[in-house]
Amino acid sequence: MSYCYYCHQAYSETWSWALFLGLANFPLLCQTCAGKLQLIKGDICRMCGRLFSLFPEQYRQGDFCNDCIRWEQDEEWKGILQQNRSLYVYNDFLKEVIAKLKYRGDAEVMKAFHSVARSSFKSIYKNAVLVPIPLSDERHYERGFNQAELLALGLGRPVELLLKRTVHEEKQSKKTRRERMERKGNPFEVMNPSNIVKENIVLIDDVYTTGSTLRSAAKVLLDTGAKTVSSLTLGR
Amino acid sequence: MKIAFSNNTGDDTMRFVSLFLNNRLTVVPEILVKDGDVNPVPFSELSEIEPHPLNPSFHYDQNLQQILYGKMLLLDEIPSDLHIIQDHYENGYVRYNPGLLKKKYGWQCSRCQNEKEHLFASFSCFRCKSEKCVYCRNCIMMGRVSMCTPLLSWTGPEVRYRNKNEMAWRGELSAGQQVASDRFAQEIGNSGELLIWAVCGAGKTEVLFKGIEKALNMGLRICLATPRTDVVLELAPRLKKAFPKTLIASYYGGSDEKESPVQLVISTTHQLYRFKQAFNLLIVDEVDAFPYSYDKTLQQAVKNAVHSKHFLLYLSATPSGSMKKAAKKGQLPCVKIPKRFHGFPLPVPTFVWSGEWRKRLERGKLPSSFVKWLKSQATSGRRAMIFVPSVSIMEIVAKLIQKHVEVKVDFVHAEDPLRKEKVDSFRNGHISLLVTTTILERGVTVPNLDVAVFGADAAIFSESAFVQISGRAGRSKEDHNGQVLFFHYGKSLSMVRAVNHIKEMNKEAVR
Ligand SMILES: [Zn+2]
Ligand SMILES: [Zn+2]
Ligand SMILES: [Zn+2]
Ligand SMILES: [Zn+2]
Repeated sequence: MSYCYYCHQAYSETWSWALFLGLANFPLLCQTCAGKLQLIKGDICRMCGRLFSLFPEQYRQGDFCNDCIRWEQDEEWKGILQQNRSLYVYNDFLKEVIAKLKYRGDAEVMKAFHSVARSSFKSIYKNAVLVPIPLSDERHYERGFNQAELLALGLGRPVELLLKRTVHEEKQSKKTRRERMERKGNPFEVMNPSNIVKENIVLIDDVYTTGSTLRSAAKVLLDTGAKTVSSLTLGR
Repeated sequence: MKIAFSNNTGDDTMRFVSLFLNNRLTVVPEILVKDGDVNPVPFSELSEIEPHPLNPSFHYDQNLQQILYGKMLLLDEIPSDLHIIQDHYENGYVRYNPGLLKKKYGWQCSRCQNEKEHLFASFSCFRCKSEKCVYCRNCIMMGRVSMCTPLLSWTGPEVRYRNKNEMAWRGELSAGQQVASDRFAQEIGNSGELLIWAVCGAGKTEVLFKGIEKALNMGLRICLATPRTDVVLELAPRLKKAFPKTLIASYYGGSDEKESPVQLVISTTHQLYRFKQAFNLLIVDEVDAFPYSYDKTLQQAVKNAVHSKHFLLYLSATPSGSMKKAAKKGQLPCVKIPKRFHGFPLPVPTFVWSGEWRKRLERGKLPSSFVKWLKSQATSGRRAMIFVPSVSIMEIVAKLIQKHVEVKVDFVHAEDPLRKEKVDSFRNGHISLLVTTTILERGVTVPNLDVAVFGADAAIFSESAFVQISGRAGRSKEDHNGQVLFFHYGKSLSMVRAVNHIKEMNKEAVR
């Protein structure tokens, strides 16, 4: 018997057989829960991987969304992040799922996404070093684990904990977008700079929201010698 | 609990050591140990240690007493400093209990009593540094109970509440309510149990007031537990209004009630897990409803939550078979209120044949008898709730209804993030037709309301669900004759039983 990693409901045989045989690319959730997720597929922003069909035409220019164009026009941030790809639309249900994982501390929830993330992203990260976005010690203690690390560990590639967060998360989230784009003090630090020289790095995080966290992390990695930095997240 | 972070050393942990203090084996959190030569472990790996005897000359912290008394809390839920907590433990006022117990066949959660293997998981824990820190997923919504987290309880003197809890409610009771109210009030202070079997719309909340007032003034601690969040949200303001001087708190999934000293608690049955031997009076609302009647660990939680001397009051419009039997045999004392508050009988459901409704839905059509009713309903100026068997049917039906009528149609289900807003806008008349799954059947009162069940033959509808659904209609005196229609493709046993049940209650009411 298989149980849904989110709602604990036992789910039907046909559904779990499909999973077992690898016939379908499903998260390990019951049909009801899985049905509330929206896989990102089709026409997406080439840079940040968001689904174009979800917002009006005027927020898009060619293959890019306006947010990404703004990032790329900024001297400081231009070319820092190669690209981001995400698995699901960050809708109300995924928000609930991630809230249960992070704020209630239910680490097991992440396992629902390991196989689907692996099969969707394998081609993207096959020769790269996976680096999860770290939490501050305070947040890490509070939660007991780092959700980005849990996601990275399920991808079946070596994971390197190369980054350290020196500024507590809360202080960051209170800033406006402008402030974040102009930020001077980067919250991240590279712990073993010699390990990353000439490497292609893929950052792992739970969600891509404004893109500023991932870009800050990418910047310190590039400054210490990484060749390229891109990112993968569960939600976008 | 506050932990001072020694900036970026990374050695803040949640581990414990056991050592001899004044000749007693004592548990000490690692971060309070000054001696570097110890071997800290996750809490559950400590061997069982005798609690410390109560030191009567110790000056205990009243704030901590009021927060912790009658509860089982995680360290993270207690705002006091860890030093203060530890002092209370060493003086016998606080106890550290293991969060998880290792049993012969696996784990057991000390908070929710869960023993199901698939509801435990483990992770590499930053707190206790264990690669496999096991935790309980069943009660995770209240914060994680894991191998490394003790649950704290109060072992010092009991809290004394003030005894000035005058009731501000000045309403009148119906004859049936009066009988039940008197009986309940009489029992306050005794141990035992009582069932109040009241039809939907009998006004059972008012029946509780007198007994609650008496219990409060006797310094008893009271909990009103209900299976549904909606009911907590509806009852909390009413009780606060009725008892303006009493400390009242409400707990439901997602509420962020701070841990505070309260005498009257309104809680979902799930949140009862928080409490430990806390209540002298426990009122269980909708005692027949899922999940209380369903989940064994919840019954355990009820048992856990009451003080050794306690009174249990059950409320139900549709008691389960076993409860009815116990009442009949006299094993369970029971008072019935067969009449609604306004004295008019319960509306009896009418069955309406609607053919193979599933097939019609597949073809994007609604049954013609249903459409006919919809059209007359839309022009009547009244509101209607349309109950459907599942969320997926709900969305299809709501969409199809919109093609037939001009009035505002919406749908809502249990996990709808806009649930509260939608129910409110239905209450105040902005939505005329509300399509819903069974979850709203209890605790929602809307005037000028008719009720329909679409696909009443579906197995999900039980006798008691139907009685509750029917009980939504005709609740106000001015509109006691609300319509109840069951659209079906073949009568089910539950449908027939529900009608008999309602007729039976109506007969009793005339007697
Ligand atoms: Zn599920
Ligand atoms: Zn973009
Ligand atoms: Zn538990
Ligand atoms: Zn742990």
